[in-house]
Amino acid sequence: MVVAERVRPDQQILKWRERIVEVIRQREGLRALLLAGPGGLWLLLFFLLPIAIVFAYSFAHRGPYGTVAWAFTIENYTRFFDWLYIRVFLVSVWLALLSTIICLVIGYPFAYVIARAPRRWRNALLVLVLIPFWTNFLVRTYAIMLLLRADGLINNALLWLGVIERPLPMLFTPFAVVLGLVYGYLPFMILPIYASIEKFDFTLVEAAQDLGANTWHVFWRVLLPLTLPGVLAGSILVFIPSVGAFVTPDLLGGGKVVMIANLINQQFLTVRHWPFGSAVSFVLMAIVLAATMLYFRLGEGRRV
Amino acid sequence: MTSEATMPSALVLPKRRWRVSFGWLALYLNVVLAFVFLYAPIVVMSIFSFNASRQMQVWMGFTLDWYVRMLHDERVRIAAQNSLIVALVSTLVSTVIGTLAAMALERTRFRVKRLYEGAMYLPIIVPEIVMAIALLVFFNLAFTWLDRLFGLQLNFGLGTITIAHIAFSFPFVAVVVRARLADFDRTLEQAAQDLGATDWQTFRYITLPLLMPGIIAGALLAFTLSIDDFVITFFNAGVGSTTLPLEIYGRVRRGITPDVNALSTVMLLASIVLVLGSLLLQRRRTA
Amino acid sequence: MSTSGIELTVGLTRSATQGETGMGGMRPLERPIDVELVELTKVFDNGVVAVDRVSLQIHQGEFFSLLGPSGCGKTTTLRMIAGFEHPTSGEVLIEGRPMGNTPPFRRNVNTVFQNYALFPHMTVYDNVAFGLRMKRIPRDEIARRVREALQLVRLQGFEERYPRQLSGGQQQRVALARALVNRPRVLLLDEPLGALDLKLRKEMQLELKHLQMTVGITFIYVTHDQEEALTMSDRIAVMNAGRVLQVGTPVEIYERPSSRFVADFIGESNFLRGRVTEVGPGEVTVALDGGFPISVRCDQPPARGTEVTVAVRPEKIRIAPAEAPEANGLVRGRVEEVIYIGTDTFYVVRITDETVVRVRSQNDRNRLDGGQLLPVGTPVSLDWAPDAARVLTE
Repeated sequence: MVVAERVRPDQQILKWRERIVEVIRQREGLRALLLAGPGGLWLLLFFLLPIAIVFAYSFAHRGPYGTVAWAFTIENYTRFFDWLYIRVFLVSVWLALLSTIICLVIGYPFAYVIARAPRRWRNALLVLVLIPFWTNFLVRTYAIMLLLRADGLINNALLWLGVIERPLPMLFTPFAVVLGLVYGYLPFMILPIYASIEKFDFTLVEAAQDLGANTWHVFWRVLLPLTLPGVLAGSILVFIPSVGAFVTPDLLGGGKVVMIANLINQQFLTVRHWPFGSAVSFVLMAIVLAATMLYFRLGEGRRV
Repeated sequence: MTSEATMPSALVLPKRRWRVSFGWLALYLNVVLAFVFLYAPIVVMSIFSFNASRQMQVWMGFTLDWYVRMLHDERVRIAAQNSLIVALVSTLVSTVIGTLAAMALERTRFRVKRLYEGAMYLPIIVPEIVMAIALLVFFNLAFTWLDRLFGLQLNFGLGTITIAHIAFSFPFVAVVVRARLADFDRTLEQAAQDLGATDWQTFRYITLPLLMPGIIAGALLAFTLSIDDFVITFFNAGVGSTTLPLEIYGRVRRGITPDVNALSTVMLLASIVLVLGSLLLQRRRTA
Repeated sequence: MSTSGIELTVGLTRSATQGETGMGGMRPLERPIDVELVELTKVFDNGVVAVDRVSLQIHQGEFFSLLGPSGCGKTTTLRMIAGFEHPTSGEVLIEGRPMGNTPPFRRNVNTVFQNYALFPHMTVYDNVAFGLRMKRIPRDEIARRVREALQLVRLQGFEERYPRQLSGGQQQRVALARALVNRPRVLLLDEPLGALDLKLRKEMQLELKHLQMTVGITFIYVTHDQEEALTMSDRIAVMNAGRVLQVGTPVEIYERPSSRFVADFIGESNFLRGRVTEVGPGEVTVALDGGFPISVRCDQPPARGTEVTVAVRPEKIRIAPAEAPEANGLVRGRVEEVIYIGTDTFYVVRITDETVVRVRSQNDRNRLDGGQLLPVGTPVSLDWAPDAARVLTE
């Protein structure tokens, strides 16, 4: 009974409101401006303009005391081709790819089981996936640190079992970083794959079996191709934040595993070479945009 | 698997069944292990927040000391307060402008719509670190010029954090609300108009109530994104504007102590309550 | 509709307040015009001409149907009357007033939507009360009118239900009540029975017709179902490709179709091509392509030599074996197919290499064993009354 309880505003105000609404109703351009305006303004001022400034900075010189000197150069980009920085780039892409693949290998069968579970279990299982996902990322990364420390639970357990004699150095290794990335972004893989398997028509499996396909064939020839949109979406959703990850390599890599985001951080806050930091930022953006474009290209080819 | 039951060959059946169940066993094992993987770290963390020992590797008995200490910790209180202020303001603003943007994209035609749409998705795709330093650079420059031109002395603080949070949250709200709007049965609005509802009445009594679940979902997402954010906050915070993630980060960098466990556990609990609460809310609405 | 239902609805009927007696004795076409369409045209942004110069006059209290295949423009026409679409050119007049760009909420018409468009977040009561609340009608009057409207559609006791808790038929009735409670001048119905199953649809057809007679409101009914239109309507406008092809009572439309499309779309027709060889008073002789000359009654005879189509409905054709004494038929042919459907038997008769004629023969004899059906291959002669066939020039 929402309608009945409304307070009657003053008739005059009502009339004016109606009149204003009438004008907005008749002019679509005005309507669009009013609706899209606030968001557009925010986007322009606090996103596009800042990015544009970074772009401009990436062609500038470093001034004294970490200031920016306006003189055009492409040195910041050529400098990137130093092996030191190429390595950071390669490590980032490699660790992100590895994390994506591990997420896929764990996530696909996981999503499959949830999607095939009885309907009343499905939501409960999904909530169980979502709870760690909605937990603060820093808290989760911290929890991993606790487990991996030299005096953490895993090392203690292994020592107690006699598997090892000295604590294994696990924290501050690429292993820890990949573990952290997988832990952080696994739900990003599971959810879209779940969505596509849930939509999948399983009578197609019966049809394939009826035509003589075994389980293996059914998976590769029927299930996987038809759930590929979910796989692609999940992969891009894991890869993009992984390749640009900052907290995970910072805390779990402890300065020993340096990814692109750490390099940017270093250039901005420690070295104070903002133009080079800006150039690295644009390299990172290029990787991400390339991955996104690849995703759309692959997705388009798949859409029959 | 049902088609196998009707297969005439009795010899094939037992073997195939065994293989199928073996496959399922492996699948179930994968699910169990994945859940262990997802929950072990946070469960261990929570358990050790009740550990009486300062050294964390051994269990020395149950205590609530760390929680008591946290409650009296002024820094934690301020950080929590900052986080909430930023999250509430940015959620409010991004929900409003995100919903408006969604309406613009779904309900109007304008010349630069494709461009607008593309620009809107960018903050979702662009790596956090890039957006973080971009805003840092922007605010730096803006503050310099405001000082130089108008003598306006501004600095990094809750304001910059909130502005930044709105910038990355509202596109998410727009995406969520837009999805709901795309599913919207427009004949409902026509029916309302047909029954004499003006544009405003139609929006107030039909469109808005039916869009509400989407708007609430978007607001919840914006709130979580804001409370959760570390990277962008880290680069755009000032003196005295430490948020909870920044506080945890600072403490973790200084060395692991049990009070971080307590704080993290409380935050974990808060997000569980938030998720379950919103799910219950949704269920009530759809039931 | 029960008699008690009729008594209860007096308050709802417009005629009760403004001269049931004055209007009651008038024949529909003598009553004032409620809705007039003048050269109404709608061209969509993509260039599709959805409605093409449609002119119609719909009288007060009429049950008027717009009938045609999907995409013929009937729904667009209705939406222009309701005000959801604006005409590209032409005009909609309601009660003699040109509507121009008047928004839907300022038009004295209400619509029953194809999918009912019930507000899912409101109870049945709130749905029905919605229109009255928008007009800021006092609360107790709303309560009274909603109660009446729900009684009218026999949904008392469902006030607190939500639409999803109702069956399709009940939802449909809520949609009707929600529209009628506003006492509109005209009720627009857009395939309101389309979503119901066949049995329920048949029931609702009769109920709708009774309801319309009870409340005395003009109904404009859009449908693609010719049987539905014939059952309920006072008059029908047959539309195709944005144009109105014929307007008339169900009998006129069925018995005297003016074009091949109407003859084909309403019921079933055989079309025989031929040429006019003789023109008499009210009658022409047509030489069919197979060579048979037949005489057909015709009001506006075309000139000699005109290529025409002769339409004749299958059930109007008498069929007899060619050697039978009464076989002085108009057309001769050979049975090609026999389809027995219980009440009737269909024969497909080939009369020339290109032409077959379908004949529907009622199985009305006392006993009919299989032997009495004409077997395939039988030479037959076909025959019909002169006024059973129509000459179509288009």
